[in-house]
Amino acid sequence: MSEKRKFGFETRMLHAGHIPDSYSGSRAVPIYQTAGYVFDSPEYAASLFELKQYGNIYTRISNPTTAVFEERIASLEGGTGALATASGQAAQLITMMTLMNPGDEFVASSHLYGGTYTQFEHTFKKLSIKVHFVDPMDIKNWEKAITPKTRVLYGETIGNPQGSVFDFEGVSSLAKANGIPLIIDNTLASPYLCRPLEWGADIVLHSATKFINGHGTSIAGVIIDSGKFDFSNYPAISSPSIPYHNLNFYETFGHYGFLMKARCESLRDTGATISPFDSFLLIQGLESLSVRMDRHVQNALAVATFLKNHPMVDWVNFASLPDHVHHARAKKYLPKGAGSVFAFGIKALNNNPRETGKKFLENLELFSHVANLGDCKSLVIHPASTTHQQLSDEELKRANIKPELIRLSVGLETIDDLLWDLEQAFHAISR
Amino acid sequence: MGLGTSLSCDISMNTRLSADEIRKYQNSELIRKLLNGAKTIAIVGLSDKKERASNFVGSYLKSEGYTVIPVNPLKQEILGEKCYPDLASIPVPVDVVDVFRRPDEIVGVIQEAIAIKAKAIWMQLGIVNRDAAELAVKNGLGVVMDRCMKMEHGRYNGNLHWAGMNTEIITAKKVSRFI
Ligand SMILES: Cc1ncc(COP(=O)(O)O)c(C=O)c1O
Repeated sequence: MSEKRKFGFETRMLHAGHIPDSYSGSRAVPIYQTAGYVFDSPEYAASLFELKQYGNIYTRISNPTTAVFEERIASLEGGTGALATASGQAAQLITMMTLMNPGDEFVASSHLYGGTYTQFEHTFKKLSIKVHFVDPMDIKNWEKAITPKTRVLYGETIGNPQGSVFDFEGVSSLAKANGIPLIIDNTLASPYLCRPLEWGADIVLHSATKFINGHGTSIAGVIIDSGKFDFSNYPAISSPSIPYHNLNFYETFGHYGFLMKARCESLRDTGATISPFDSFLLIQGLESLSVRMDRHVQNALAVATFLKNHPMVDWVNFASLPDHVHHARAKKYLPKGAGSVFAFGIKALNNNPRETGKKFLENLELFSHVANLGDCKSLVIHPASTTHQQLSDEELKRANIKPELIRLSVGLETIDDLLWDLEQAFHAISR
Repeated sequence: MGLGTSLSCDISMNTRLSADEIRKYQNSELIRKLLNGAKTIAIVGLSDKKERASNFVGSYLKSEGYTVIPVNPLKQEILGEKCYPDLASIPVPVDVVDVFRRPDEIVGVIQEAIAIKAKAIWMQLGIVNRDAAELAVKNGLGVVMDRCMKMEHGRYNGNLHWAGMNTEIITAKKVSRFI
């Protein structure tokens, strides 16, 4: 038996973070549905509260079922540890609150999930944290936006609806040169298709609601730290923590300082904690991640190719297709495929693109009309008639959303049935 | 105290050491052997201030069952243990000398550690002195450099698993890491 075996991705999907306990032998991960934990003694309790000992105090801070999920996803992303949160939005909030003080700034790609964009632009203002959005298509835009106040560079592995692929090497070398951590939302890829930490990112986060859960059954998020960023002179991590009697998280926890601070201050004080039952669902999701992602990618490519060749389709934005501007980049960073979420546009009927998209969606039988993605079931949304229906055509343009745009999250149904559904909807609207 | 028997692999973390030096001075097998085998740990530069990293490490190791001996010439007692002014004054055998001193003070500490026949020298996070490390290796001591003893213990015995750490222990056996 080798002491140094590097176990494969699939093995770690199934085993990382969970050791069957010696009293029950339970093979499945038990759900510890508890709020509190019995202390050994008052002295021991005190040492836990002071962080002199590691252990469970209260589920708002940590939980044994959640710890299995955290260690498992950390292993899959190649990080030193992880922190689960109540949602993807909470993962972003906790990451940024941990790294920034009022008055700090950060630079983010403008190719972001809309909810993230709004959180950064509006809610962070209330915390006096300022975001500068840049068009990520040109590395020079990042370079120009960095100032002495910049604390973070932020982007998504696959940006929507453009389907752009993040310039990992370009932006991470910029981050390194400036001593700023690079944070990547890897939701649309999952660690099976891309591991940003291997391409120079320092921290990765997810809306675990999506491919990690895989079945659309929980809202959840997670933050994974590489442990490689040097926080020794990073103000928010290496200055004394007042609630912890001047504890210096960098000095005391070294490469784990960011995650300890995120858990013991930001998670504790925002209370944006995941429930143990949701952690269990994420663990189950991870056990089949690679198998699901392979089929997601295969079905998505078949659907995208079908659409690309369809006479009624105007455009398809999907980096898995050879004509996408980032196809070469996708092959490099996402060699197994650029996920299964992409947008396309139908040629306008009666010169009314918004109505055309809406009609098409109404006629689909098998794609579910849902504001989510990453489910085993195929999902569809038409922003101009749903999430963005209050916007005028002019406002839509400013939000970078074409009125005809339809977003698909291609699931695991029989591929011929998915193509059948799309074809019958095209047929219905052309009548 | 002590660690499970399961497998582990290595993940690199923020350190000033090169890949070669990591293999030598942050060797996971040596780290686990030391944590498993050590009973008495002398902590050079242990502070009585509760917020200092050395105080965290000392109180943690003590509560995990190790005999902790403070070495600090300015104090009588720290963490309820009698303090000694230097390693040579300690009347019992020492397994590991854990050091919280500036890199330029390490050579002296290592010479003392060699003299008292300690089995290993452990230089805490942020402390790198390559010549001193070489000297210790030449004299047969195990050497760990730029790592925290509390963090490494918590990682391998599972205490840090509760805080979401990737302990890298993978096994389907009903072993306990909490021996
Ligand atoms: C890329 C991306 N990031 C973050 C989020 C937010 O995650 P949640 O909905 O779990 O809060 C989403 C949700 O749609 C997303 O698609």
